[in-house]
Amino acid sequence: MGVRRETMVNALLLAGLLAVPLWALWADEPFTITLATRVAILALAGVGLNLALGTGGLVSFGHAVFFGIGGYAMGILAFHAQNYTPLIEAFSIPGTRSMPVIWAVAVLASALAALAIGALSLRTSGVYFIMITLAFGQMFYYFTISWPAYGGEDGMSIYLRNNFPGVNTLVPFNFFAISYTLLAAVLLLVGRLMRAPFGLALSAARQNETRLRAVGIDPYRLRLTAFTLSGAITGLSGALYADLNRFVSPSMFSWQTSGEIMIFVILGGVGRLFGPVAGAALFILLEHFLGGISEYWHIFLGALLLGVVLFARGGLIGLLAGREVAHD
Amino acid sequence: MRAKSLFLATAVASALALAAAPGARAEGIKVGMITTLSGGGASLGVDVRDGFMLAVKMSGRDDIEVVIEDDQRKPDIAVQLADKMIQSDRVDLLTGIIWSNLALAVVPAAVAQGKFYLSPNAGPSQLAGAGCNPLHFNVAWQNDDLPAAAGAYLAAEGFDNTLLLAPNYPAGHDMVNGFKRTFTGGINGEIFTKLGQKDYAAEIARIRASGADSVFFFLPGGMGISFLKQYADSGVDIPIFGPAFSFDQGILQAVGAAALGVRNTSQWNKDIDNPANKAFVEAFQAEYGRLPSLYASQGYDTANLMISAMEKADVSDTDAFRAALEEADFDSVRGKFSFAPNHFPVQDIYVREVIKEGDVFTNRIVGVAATDFVNAYVDQCKM
Amino acid sequence: MSPILVIEQILNGLQSGVMLFLMAAGLTLIFGVMGLINLAHGALYMIGAFAAAAVAGATGSFLLGLAAALAASAAAGALIEASVLRRLYGRDHLDQVLATFALILILSEGTRWLFGSFPLYLDIPDWLSGPVLLPGGIRYPLYRLAIIGVGLLVALGLFALISRTRIGIRIRAGEADREMIGALGVNISVLYTLVFALGAALAGLAGALIGAIQSVQVGMGEPVMILAFVVIVIGGIGSIRGALVGALLVGLTDTLGRIFLPMLFGLFMEPTAATTTGSALASMSIYILMAAVLLVKPTGLYGSAG
Repeated sequence: MGVRRETMVNALLLAGLLAVPLWALWADEPFTITLATRVAILALAGVGLNLALGTGGLVSFGHAVFFGIGGYAMGILAFHAQNYTPLIEAFSIPGTRSMPVIWAVAVLASALAALAIGALSLRTSGVYFIMITLAFGQMFYYFTISWPAYGGEDGMSIYLRNNFPGVNTLVPFNFFAISYTLLAAVLLLVGRLMRAPFGLALSAARQNETRLRAVGIDPYRLRLTAFTLSGAITGLSGALYADLNRFVSPSMFSWQTSGEIMIFVILGGVGRLFGPVAGAALFILLEHFLGGISEYWHIFLGALLLGVVLFARGGLIGLLAGREVAHD
Repeated sequence: MRAKSLFLATAVASALALAAAPGARAEGIKVGMITTLSGGGASLGVDVRDGFMLAVKMSGRDDIEVVIEDDQRKPDIAVQLADKMIQSDRVDLLTGIIWSNLALAVVPAAVAQGKFYLSPNAGPSQLAGAGCNPLHFNVAWQNDDLPAAAGAYLAAEGFDNTLLLAPNYPAGHDMVNGFKRTFTGGINGEIFTKLGQKDYAAEIARIRASGADSVFFFLPGGMGISFLKQYADSGVDIPIFGPAFSFDQGILQAVGAAALGVRNTSQWNKDIDNPANKAFVEAFQAEYGRLPSLYASQGYDTANLMISAMEKADVSDTDAFRAALEEADFDSVRGKFSFAPNHFPVQDIYVREVIKEGDVFTNRIVGVAATDFVNAYVDQCKM
Repeated sequence: MSPILVIEQILNGLQSGVMLFLMAAGLTLIFGVMGLINLAHGALYMIGAFAAAAVAGATGSFLLGLAAALAASAAAGALIEASVLRRLYGRDHLDQVLATFALILILSEGTRWLFGSFPLYLDIPDWLSGPVLLPGGIRYPLYRLAIIGVGLLVALGLFALISRTRIGIRIRAGEADREMIGALGVNISVLYTLVFALGAALAGLAGALIGAIQSVQVGMGEPVMILAFVVIVIGGIGSIRGALVGALLVGLTDTLGRIFLPMLFGLFMEPTAATTTGSALASMSIYILMAAVLLVKPTGLYGSAG
């Protein structure tokens, strides 16, 4: 029964995320659409992390690296297109303003980074894994701050949103629709993957590594594949996030960003396919409304997070759909 | 506690206005203030906000509505708040940002959407040169201004072997370049430190061994507090100089005696002798129970500039309001104040010295570093 | 470059390493005994500095300030252990990370609510201020020497506590086998609160000592907390000896890297580019060190198991 209920909660979430901006379109509240876009994009980042963290049990405290690489892929490509300077001088490869091309580059670059970081980090486990991924995040953070070519700590402003064939992306709802479609597509893909042999094996690797070895599967390669995929998804969301703000900066690489992506996943429910969607929505709502109440709103946010960890294990989805998917 | 009640009143007022139908307002102005009110950099934002709100209150006008939000010193939050204020609160004018990187994230998009932006602090070179905009005004300084004035001052004092120290990020490089632009003496070397670094033992050892005759440093906020305390304790006696940011009223009490006698360059001080400044310093102390800082003076001037323009034109008439702002027809607490063609201030920059008045550490003016100083990027601005 | 400068920089590295040890020792003890990752350790450091600044400011006595720092941070540590963290010992690391992240938000903004947004004043006492002349003609700040001394004393005290006393035996027993100390008839929850308060007091002491030469402000704890994690990961989580070695390694790498990397690049690059590149690499150096150590020894230098 619990499974069916979770499916229903998921469907409601997805419908709700679409209904709110539709209402805002009708009521002429463009900012609500922007907020919904933010939820969709950050949820996508969470879906990426959830694949490694929830299904694979790999607690990465460095997913900001992939988020940032995605963001900078957009920033660097659009920067060169904006200033009509070649991206790579020697081959006179130009920058681009086309979203699909930017996404492809973002996914590829963050997947490569995830492959490299994963290959090194997966040699460790437990707390060491948490900390080594954090260390890679800090390396990228300090590198971008002191790397002058693309703005250093100032970051880069891209004055116009990039193009998508046949769509005016400057209209808030259109950009929401693009982000929402990507989120839905990735959710579908990851959902299938989790039920496929790959997902089942990955889950088994988290629960009982010895048994997996016994049937002749190498958990290291399995985890590395999951980590790479996870990084690629988070990278895609980074590119979208950069386009939402029309701005990239090293703060995308900061450890607080890694922490926030992790919060989306935990708030929503670790290992639940739609957990990050619920988590990101709740977080954005809290940030939006608490921020207006008091200068010291971080105190309330902190108390709320504590409450979730202590009393609502399984997160929001767990609360709504019951504790069907065991995760311990 | 009066600060809180004033803030609360404004917050309530803006909350009520939010509840009412947007766009129901007939005249007056709606201001969106994005500033840093939480975390380590909060003291600057609090000062800008308090200075701004004090001027609004003293004007006695009831047609100024201010929406205040905390950017947490994060660029993406600032961008989001700007979107909210423009799209949802439908403000006419934005202000409040402290940090250059946040200003660079917000200002180009805001002015592109036809909103005025009055900067009470950050003045990055990008917005002063090629990226200047008719709707953007800076009421504080261009980032290079105070260090450039320091460079001129040190050269005039006859220093000829200066060591430069700044964090390794764009504003740090701007400050060092600004200094070098006017300094005609010799440079001993340049040290760039990690942004946010708090221990300067290694750098101070290098300064001791350098043989320099002077040190120019730019280390804002907590970095400056740490450096000054450690430098004073090290016994190195090479004189140090800096822009006002490390000697601000808000942090001097935390530095204590370590800063005594250090000279710094600033466009404002509480002892500038004019009626506007006297009234400001007295009213600020009465309202908030502390001495005003540089940032508070900038927030105060920003609000008064805006009010002076409101008396001449309605903000909905963009061209007329812009022209009124360009005239800068208000009593600045700095005395003389006008705008250069790129909408950055033309103003005198003073040399201050840190002193102790009773129990309070503060500055007094000991000289003028530059008169009618114009920023270096004015020629690159085409608008 | 003179040998005096090199020796002075080594002393600086030693001093920063010793302070990192005070932070890392508590962190590694808490992880070793209770299996808890405490991200809020930096907040306890901040609480120590604020308590010291407040009491030293009111009484004029630096030593009273230090005592207040120890008391306040130990009390705060015991309080959050008994009210919140105790419930997280059996949980996976993920829950611990989130809960202690939430504690950072609460403690930081709570401190700002109590003390305001402006940095506080805390200075070196007169009897420790100024430089002293060391053999070889090195002029070195007395206060930093005192910090090195205090840090090494605390390290000795910790080793003695753990290897010589009954509490130490219980702590070691707890590290080896959590169920066993229960069987020994030790009141586990009191032991846990004690260990946590001890770790918190060490962090508070570091905060107060460092607060006198740096700035006492909200948010001062997080960068130090990250460094302390780097230290215990390099040293091997749970190992006090590892924490000491890791702290000294990180302190020396960071300090020497900051000074000598830009000089190194200066040998073959033009000056401005050399300082920029060198400084950039220096700010990444300890993370590179950490990654390198973990690649060779996946559980740190003295770690047993992840």
